[in-house]
Order: sequence, then C-alpha cells, then structure tokens
Amino acid sequence: MKLDSKIPAGNLAEKWSNQKFNYKLVNPANKRKYEIIVVGTGLAGAAAAASLAELGYKVKAFCYQDSPRRAHSIAAQGGINAAKNYQNDGDSVFRLFYDTVKGGDYRSREANVYRLAEVSSNIIDQCVAQGVPFAREYGGLLDNRSFGGAQVSRTFYARGETGQQLLLGAYSAMMRQVGLGNVEIFPRSDVQDIVVIDGRARGIVLRDMVSGKIESYIADAVILATGGYANVFYLSTNAKGCNATAIWRAHKKGALFANPCFTQIHPTCIPVSGSYQSKLTLMSESLRNDGRIWVPKDPNDKRPPNEIPESERDYFLERKYPSFGNLVPRDVASRNAKEMIDDGKGVGLTGKAVYLDFAEAIQRLGKDSITEKYGNLFEMYEQITNEDPYKVPMRIYPASHYTMGGLWVDYNLMTTIPGLFALGECNFSDHGANRLGASALMQGLADGYFIISYCIGDYLAQSKKDKLTTDAPEFKQAEKDVSDKINRLLNVNGSKTVDELHRELGMVMWDYVGMSRNAEGLTKAKKMIKDIREDFWKNVKIIGTNEEINQSLEKAARVADFLELGELIAEDALQRMESCGGHFREESQTEENEAKRDDENFSHVAAWQYNGADKPEVLHKEQLQFEFVKPSQRSYK
Amino acid sequence: MALLNLHLKVWRQKNNEDEGRFVDYNIQDISTEMSILEMLDVLNEKLIKEGQEPVAFEHDCREGICGCCGIFINGRAHGPLKRITTCQLYMRHFKDGETIVLEPWRAKGFPVLKDLMVDRSAFDRIIAAGGFVAVNTGGAPDANAVPIPKHNLEKALDAAECIGCGACVAACKNASAMLFVSAKVSHLVRLPQGKPEREKRVFAMLNQMEKEGFGSCTNTEACSAECPKGISMDVIAQLRREYFRASVRQEKE
Ligand SMILES: Cc1cc2nc3c(=O)[nH]c(=O)nc-3n(C[C@H](O)[C@H](O)[C@H](O)COP(=O)(O)OP(=O)(O)OC[C@H]3O[C@@H](n4cnc5c(N)ncnc54)[C@H](O)[C@@H]3O)c2cc1C
Ligand code: FES
Repeated sequence: MKLDSKIPAGNLAEKWSNQKFNYKLVNPANKRKYEIIVVGTGLAGAAAAASLAELGYKVKAFCYQDSPRRAHSIAAQGGINAAKNYQNDGDSVFRLFYDTVKGGDYRSREANVYRLAEVSSNIIDQCVAQGVPFAREYGGLLDNRSFGGAQVSRTFYARGETGQQLLLGAYSAMMRQVGLGNVEIFPRSDVQDIVVIDGRARGIVLRDMVSGKIESYIADAVILATGGYANVFYLSTNAKGCNATAIWRAHKKGALFANPCFTQIHPTCIPVSGSYQSKLTLMSESLRNDGRIWVPKDPNDKRPPNEIPESERDYFLERKYPSFGNLVPRDVASRNAKEMIDDGKGVGLTGKAVYLDFAEAIQRLGKDSITEKYGNLFEMYEQITNEDPYKVPMRIYPASHYTMGGLWVDYNLMTTIPGLFALGECNFSDHGANRLGASALMQGLADGYFIISYCIGDYLAQSKKDKLTTDAPEFKQAEKDVSDKINRLLNVNGSKTVDELHRELGMVMWDYVGMSRNAEGLTKAKKMIKDIREDFWKNVKIIGTNEEINQSLEKAARVADFLELGELIAEDALQRMESCGGHFREESQTEENEAKRDDENFSHVAAWQYNGADKPEVLHKEQLQFEFVKPSQRSYK
Repeated sequence: MALLNLHLKVWRQKNNEDEGRFVDYNIQDISTEMSILEMLDVLNEKLIKEGQEPVAFEHDCREGICGCCGIFINGRAHGPLKRITTCQLYMRHFKDGETIVLEPWRAKGFPVLKDLMVDRSAFDRIIAAGGFVAVNTGGAPDANAVPIPKHNLEKALDAAECIGCGACVAACKNASAMLFVSAKVSHLVRLPQGKPEREKRVFAMLNQMEKEGFGSCTNTEACSAECPKGISMDVIAQLRREYFRASVRQEKE
C-alpha cells in the first residue's frame, strides 16, 4: 500500500488556499441530498455537524453520553491557542506553526500544521460571535496567557473552563441546526462498527444504550470525531467513557492507525491516593504560568513544605531549563518529575509527587488575582485532597492525558478508507510526537469548523449517489458481528470484573509503555497484554442482558478493544528505536538525558495495517519532508 | 485517612416501567479519600462478584464539569455540600456507621431510566428551541472588533458555567427548569452578540420548557442553593425582566 498524504504543491503559505480553490464543489441545491454521519459531538464533531448542516447537508450526530454537550472536550481547562498577536509580542502564523512542529519534535507534517496555524485566528472570531465568553481585560479586549513550549502569550481562555465554553458554543450551533431540522442527534449510542461497501465508508452499526437494540445507519460519508484513547492506561485524565472502539473497528475495516505509541503524559495531575482510584484529575498547565515546581534537595528531608527553606529546595525545571523554566513542554516536565521521584526526592505520603508552589505568586500578585485566574482549579484541588493550595503547595504527578496517535489521514482528513474522515484527537495529524498545551482545542475546532466542510465537498462531488439501504448484506453482516461479540462477552461468565482486567492492562501500559520505554520492557509488555486479553475472554464476568441499560457490558466492549490496541502501542514503541517527544526510549538519549531523535531512520509516520486476528500488523511508512523548518535537537535550555 | 463502614439505601428500578424500590446494602472499609462514585464502584465490584446486578448511575468526567452525574443524596441534590457535583463529593464528609440514601432526580421532565439514571434530553430540546446565537461558520468579525466590558463578561461567564446537570430541577418542589433556562438567557443577553435575538430567545426557551412538563417558578430559591456551579437567583430576576421587556415589545409591534 502506498500512502499518499496528498499534500498540495506550492509554497507553505499558499497550500491551503490553492487546495481550497482546486477542490470540487457540491452545488448548494444538491447539498441537501447528501447525508453525513458524524460520530462524536466534542469540539471536532459538534463543530463539523453544525458547519456541514449550515451548508445544507443532512447530518446525523452520535455520541455515547446522554447529551452531546457532555463530550469530553467539556473538561478542557486551560485554553486555546491562536496566532492573533493581540499582545504585540511577536506572534505570527509562522511562529505558531514553528512552535507546533518543534514542540511535536519534528514528527508532524509541515503542511497540516501550517494550515492549523493559519485558521487559528478564525476560530477565536467564530467563537466570540457565538457568545463564548473568553477572558477580557478592563478595556474590553481579549486577554491571553502563556502555555508550555511557547515564548509568546497566545492562549485564549475562559477561567479554568475553556473547553466547556467552547463546547457549549459548538453544541449550541449544532442544536440550532437540530431545531432547524438539519441535524438529528442520537445520544446514548455506542457506535460499534463501520460499514464499508464497494470500498467506501457508507455507515455505522451501533448499540442503543437504553434498549440494547443493534441498529444501522447509512450515509454518503462518515466522519469519526471520537476523541483519544488515553484510557488504555486505565487511570488517565480522560472521562471514564472515553474509548477507542469506533476508531479501532475502523482500523479493522482497513483504516491505517498512525503512531499509536505517541501518547502524552501530562506533568501536573493530582496524584493517586489508593487502589480504588478511578481516574486522575488534571491541574491545568496554565498553573505553570505562576506555580513553581520543586522538590527538596535532600531525599531524606521529610519536613512539611513550608518549613523547607528556599536554599534547600530544588526548582529543577528552572535550574535545568533557564529560558523556558516551568513552561517547558509536557514531555520534558513529566520526565524530569519522574527523574526526581526515581531519585527518591518525591514528596507526600506515597513519595510519588512533586510540589507546585504558588507562594511566590500570591505574594507578588495578591491572593485575589490568583483566585481570579485559577479559583476553580484551586477549589477542585481542595475538594479532592482536603488541602488548601493557597497555604500549602499542591502535590502533583504525571498522568496519561492525550494521544497524538490515531487514525492516519491525508491532508484532506480522509483515512485510508475512502469516505471515512477522522477529526480532532482521534486522528494523528498535527501534533507529531508531543502536543503543545492549548493546541488540541485549536485542532478540534479547526478540523470541525474550517477544514472538513471543504474536504468533504470535494469527496462528495466526485462520488455517485445510489439507492443503497441498510438492508445491504454488508450492514447485515456488521450487525451480526456486533451481536455475536456482545453475546460472546455475556456468555463468558467468568470471575473477574471488567474494571479488574482494565486495571491490569493499565498497570502494564504505565510500567512498560509509559513515560520511559525500553526494548526489553516493551517485549515483555506485548506478551503480558496478550495474556490479559486471553484471560479477559475466559474470565470476564458481566451481569445482566443486552436488552437493557448495561454499563458493565458497555465497559467490557471498550476494554476488549483496548486490549488489542494496547499491544499495537507496545509494538509501535518497540519498532521506533529513537526517542522523540513523548516517546522516550531509554536506549536513545543525549548526554544530558534528553530525548534523542534519529532523523535518518525514523523521520516518518508509522502507519499500521490490520492483518487479521492475532496476526502481526503490517507497518507502512510515510516519510516526513521538512522544507520550511530544519529539524534540530529540541532545546528549551 | 480513615476507613468507614456504611449502610446504603439505594433506589433500584429496572427500567422506566418498573415501580422501583429501596434496597439496603452494607459496605465495609470505605476510605475517606474515595469519592462517593468510587464508593459505588466498590459496591458494584462486590455485587458483580456475588452475581447481583450492579447499580446503574450516570457519570463521565468525574471532575465536576460534564454534568453527567447527579444523585439525590440524603435528600439533597448532589449531597450535603454546597457548590459541588456528586462526583466531587468525598467520603470524608460522612461518618462511620452512617446511613446514606441514594435516589435518582425526581421530576416529571426527567423520567427514570434505570436505578439512579434519568432522561434529561428535555434540556437539549430547550437549547435547540433558542439557546444560541444564530451565526453560521465563517464571516465572523475580528474577535476584538467589539470590546466587552470586563464586568459584563464576568457576569455572562458566571451564568454560562451551567453544566446542565438538572440539580436545579431535582431540588425544586415544582420541578421547574427556570434556573437552567435563565442561566442561558442571562449568559447570552449580557453579551453584545446575544442581543439581536433576545426577545425571540426568551419566548422560545420558556415555551419549550413548559412543553417538556417542567413546573413554573415560585421563587423558592432551592435551585440556586443546590446548583453545583452556584448560579445565582439574579439570573432568574434577569429572565423575568427579559420576558417583560419582550412582552412589551411584542405588544407594541
Ligand atoms: C482534563 C483535560 C483537560 C484538557 N485541557 C486542554 C486545554 O486546556 N487545551 C487544549 O487545547 N486541550 C486540552 N485537552 C485536550 C482536549 O480537550 C481534547 O483533545 C479535545 O477536546 C478532544 O476533542 P474531540 O472533539 O476530538 O473529542 P471529545 O471531546 O473527546 O469527543 C468525543 C466524542 O465522541 C463520542 N464517542 C466516542 N466514542 C464513541 C462511540 N464508540 N460511540 C459513539 N460516540 C462515541 C463521545 O460521546 C464524544 O461526543 C484537555 C484534555 C483533558 C482530558
Ligand atoms: S461526572 Fe462529570 S460532573 Fe460529575
């Protein structure tokens, strides 16, 4: 299989305009003849559903929650980047592009990233027009903050609830189209398969999560915007329901999966408190604008933090990276925290935490100003830990957070299955080996509001209408496959709960496929994951039937997929014998223990092709070309 | 950290047709560091192992923002503490040996689906009726073209924080959705972008609210007291003004 990224020719700054001009158009009167399925109503899905319906397409939007407004984008705290240069601090489209390519450790496509930076400004305009209340200065103009990996202030925010406000904007735009009859929503739908007919994606099969009915829906094109797969680690900052099922099933139907091992560990999360822990709560990266990260210099120093004098503290990020300080990118911050903890300098009862201290900022700016910026995060922290971060430093620890890998897409956001598009976190396109803070919201909305409508028009304009219905044998077969799998799950009747097995998988992923990886550990992990998978199919216990609300059954279907995806992540990590961004191979580091890339051998996207159950997947490589930025050893010193 | 032994009275209802009943469970060694949902996870693991059906409850983000979770705990929406969602309620707020009563939201507009889960799709239909600014993608003016005074912005954001959990409805003796509707109206009308459709919006949303079977508001303030985001009664006062203003305008036209 030859991977064609379809990057348009021409100068970087002209590629997208040229491409838009070259795209075929669907005549306005014909648009309403086309039906489009959108799976996912997060920023990417809701924005796409709204924008496509506004153009006149008939859209069906699906999500697993009880309302589209609850997609996990809602939880994003810190902010969204855009190259507005409102602060007059030297930002530009090129700088945002450059920072993103560099932040991703030169493992993303230049053309895609440039387009992202180019449309970033429109996103802010669009959101403000919808009534998104971004923070403002006293003069009434928009305010910005800084995020990791950037030396300009380009992050727009709404308190610590930026994702919520952006999602409510996209959701309300979509609901307006629901009112107008152009979008139909299907909440409480668990999409379990993608249907491909004559080589084109034509629909989906889902389980109605209330009645248990297996249902098919047909369309002219299918968009997946189902978010990331960080829950493969069991404990993560993602919502409990976040899953890889839709993209994994698409993968099994022929969509290549790109860079699965590019997963992001976020440095600042509230540490684990016990074995019952069900998820980890993020403390936004924005806190690193004012919070200072430190550990005691002496591993044996067990005094409470406020009694440790300045001279006996190690502000290790400020010490090692004077020019970026606490605002180094996430992979760097996480790895350094791990290093401190491995050296025995961790704090708190479990020793698995470092301090994030606001004392100096409170003194400098006053408590009120800190409350205004981060009040809800401080409250959240206190709720969970019973400690007041205005008085004692926060304890934080890295946690699995985001997945840069995902379905391989070309420049037109189309997967290797014609007619199947992937948007937002579930594709692999823009963040290379490490995503910068505040860039996921930007990407989701860029894909949904400003990119997909052009790409999909071009696809539809070239595809013929036909009279197919969900009675087609391909739909019937997919329905049967879904039912069979559900029955198989229900019939195991073993002795372990789904959560128990998921926790086992998570432990293996965290220990061997987490922040630091090596060949021996990865090989071991592959075997262990396989064993857990076998155990799962022999030992899982699910109570109840399919024909009712059955939350254990929902979870089981997701974990079954994670148990397959987990192995591919380990395999991809094993094959990529270099360190880059969030993928740290112990065998490949600089003398200063920083990630060492190997551009000669690994300057490519690893795209995996499914090859049948329990058979090794086939690796395809898309070589990355750097015409406009020169890859160098990333330095934040 | 301490460990608690607790007595739970949990509402069990197979589906919408089932009558439903309280079932008692005893549960041991619950860490005070757990959230109440983690306590339910522990209960469910135990039930599954014993071959009994786990308790169905809604949840997703588990950090107080998605609005999925919502349990009536000891007679209060989201439990005894103010300004938090169910998922943010930690077991340290309960005493060893205590009885905890867990029920679903009860309101005509929110039919029970199973155990502690209800159907809140009425909220989506209220938003579809008018809870938006009617702008299409593309062609928006520069975001700084219209300055917005910080004070108005902050007030708009206070109202926009609503997570749509439905606690306001569950807490209200009339099962009114007035706080939910007012929060959206208030959010949008405080911004220049929301002004052009202000009259239309307030009528459309209130009509839909009525159609969905929610009661009317008699200003008991229970909604605001139980709102996990602390949305204040001011928004309801503002909705009343908006409604009055829109009615007067309509008469004139
Ligand atoms: C705690 C947290 C904080 C974050 N903060 C920031 C930040 O400050 N800035 C930033 O840029 N990024 C942030 N991120 C990342 C960012 O929020 C996400 O990457 C982004 O919102 C993903 O959007 P999405 O539209 O791709 O997917 P999501 O918002 O995850 O939406 C996925 C949708 O798919 C649906 N779905 C999934 N599977 C199925 C299925 N099988 N069947 C049916 N429907 C399905 C879901 O119901 C949902 O509607 C944060 C992430 C987390 C976890
Ligand atoms: S689970 Fe999201 S608010 Fe409680």
